[in-house]
Amino acid sequence: MSAGAGAAARIETGTEGGGRRLAFHGALDAAGAARLWSEALRAARGARPLVLDLAGVTALDTAGAVLLLRLEREAGGQAEWRGLTQEPLQALVERTRAALDRPQPRLAPPLPFLGRVGEAAWQWGQGLLRQVTFLGEALVGAGGALPRPWRLRLSELLRHLDEAGLRAFGLTILLGFLIGLILAFQSSIPMRQFGAEIFIPSLVGISLLRELGPLMAGVILAGRTGSAYAAELGTMTVNEEIDALRIMGIDPIVWLVLPRLLAAMLVMPVLALVMNLSGLLGMGAVMSTLGFPPVAVINQLQNWLRLKDLIGGLSKAAVFGLAIGLVGCRAGLGAGRGPRAVGDAATAAVVGGIIAIVLLDGIFAVLFFRLGW
Amino acid sequence: MAEDSAAETVIRVRDLAARFDGRTIFEHVSFEVRRGEVFVILGGSGCGKSTLLKHMIGLYPPAEGGIEVLGERIDRLQGAARTALLRRIGVMWQSGALFGSSTLAENIEVPLEEHTSLPAEARALVARVKLGLVGLSDAAGRLPAEISGGMAKRAGIARAMALDPPILFLDEPSAGLDPITSAGLDALIRQIARELGTTFVVVTHELQSILAIGDRCIMLDKEAKGMIAEGDPRRLREESDNPVVRAFFRREVLE
Repeated sequence: MSAGAGAAARIETGTEGGGRRLAFHGALDAAGAARLWSEALRAARGARPLVLDLAGVTALDTAGAVLLLRLEREAGGQAEWRGLTQEPLQALVERTRAALDRPQPRLAPPLPFLGRVGEAAWQWGQGLLRQVTFLGEALVGAGGALPRPWRLRLSELLRHLDEAGLRAFGLTILLGFLIGLILAFQSSIPMRQFGAEIFIPSLVGISLLRELGPLMAGVILAGRTGSAYAAELGTMTVNEEIDALRIMGIDPIVWLVLPRLLAAMLVMPVLALVMNLSGLLGMGAVMSTLGFPPVAVINQLQNWLRLKDLIGGLSKAAVFGLAIGLVGCRAGLGAGRGPRAVGDAATAAVVGGIIAIVLLDGIFAVLFFRLGW
Repeated sequence: MAEDSAAETVIRVRDLAARFDGRTIFEHVSFEVRRGEVFVILGGSGCGKSTLLKHMIGLYPPAEGGIEVLGERIDRLQGAARTALLRRIGVMWQSGALFGSSTLAENIEVPLEEHTSLPAEARALVARVKLGLVGLSDAAGRLPAEISGGMAKRAGIARAMALDPPILFLDEPSAGLDPITSAGLDALIRQIARELGTTFVVVTHELQSILAIGDRCIMLDKEAKGMIAEGDPRRLREESDNPVVRAFFRREVLE
């Protein structure tokens, strides 16, 4: 009740009986208490006895009462209150005193540094374990769904194919074209010194088909779809929809996770292919500005690119899709409670998805090397 | 503090109509809320109780009519004048609407930090007082996700009261609470109204609550698209001849 409640607050200090007398004037509301806080505390420090003269106070609210009680504590818990005659104001002070006197809960002391490191490591290990458990659950769910494929909801699968695939085409084409363009342009600068610009198509082509196409498509899928999976399933978890499904005897893995995993696995090779083609187009655009006719570029590509470059890249993409879907769904279903949980799940899905595809890419590199691809 | 003129009007709603996409929720709603009373807006589900509340706190612009809160047109105010008026009302939202990433004490400190220049120590003490007032001293350091629904509502009231506003709006305080917790909340509302002289505007459909806390009430109806009753809820229960009002108070099935 601060607005317009009288004049600005002020204190007059005086001595009385060997101690100090603080006479308050004006509105002792939040604004008044804020103005007087440090001045009053200084004046009351160590004053014994302390007299709080409130005859000139026109208004008092919780903040004002808190200030007066704080002054009392500053003076060693003893103060003489004067001039507080209005009953509601006395009641306000007593209520505030009672609330401040309630015991406060003790907070657990923070862990030492080593403890925090250990806790973080433990959490990380637990997270990894849960991820592996989830992979197992998904496999069991898929195994159970195989003999009864009609239990996989086709409409759901189509919706996810549309959202994860078709709607990502624009971004994929744009990104692919720009990457092809940039790769070709940047490599043309050193290659020109050796008169080797004709090899730009093979360089860009191999990089795209084997590595960059699937990787960049994976980053797009993790950012667009992995996070969406986590947010959607996370919201469902927070709303207890997942529990509702379980209690209805419906396996959320079959109902929610498998269509998403299948969609992510199916769209990734397509996205990688789109990424490859638009990248090659971007490269072609640079080549034509360098004066190479399309036929020369295509010849060069045909000479250097093999079908297994493409197939290897696309099958890698499918595995990336599975990993991104798994990480995203797992992050969503494992969401905690509260509004931050969904945001945390989406972040975990994107970060986890990107880390997963980079790690998998490393494993594929070793594998392909051993196979002599 | 509260001037002792019991009949002073603090909220005046005149000929208010609410429409969304051409669909009328209610119209011709007029009533007054007096200082220090617990005023209840009641009615069945979907009659526009919460919508009316959101008009009264200036969240929705009225399709027709106007709302005066503490002598100011809350539906027309802009800028600093609007902020000044909003400081003088507090709202407890249906689910508490506590900020999930802050502890209960921090939640209460938000309006203090934003609207006063109190030092951190003073803010913490005021937050402690407010939490003590609603009986949540022990939970000061907990996050909203870690407390029960009843505690969240009480914390919501504590936050709404952070700046000692003369008017508190409560949206469905007893929804989703067990009878004991709900009765405790009713007692808290009465206590705050009595001790602090705070005016309450409470939206609810809980019969027990209405009779326990309401000084006066209005009843909205979905079919009538407006007010169908106004007055003391206990007298309405005994004396109203409107079949919907009677059915509501007697928990009868309307033919």
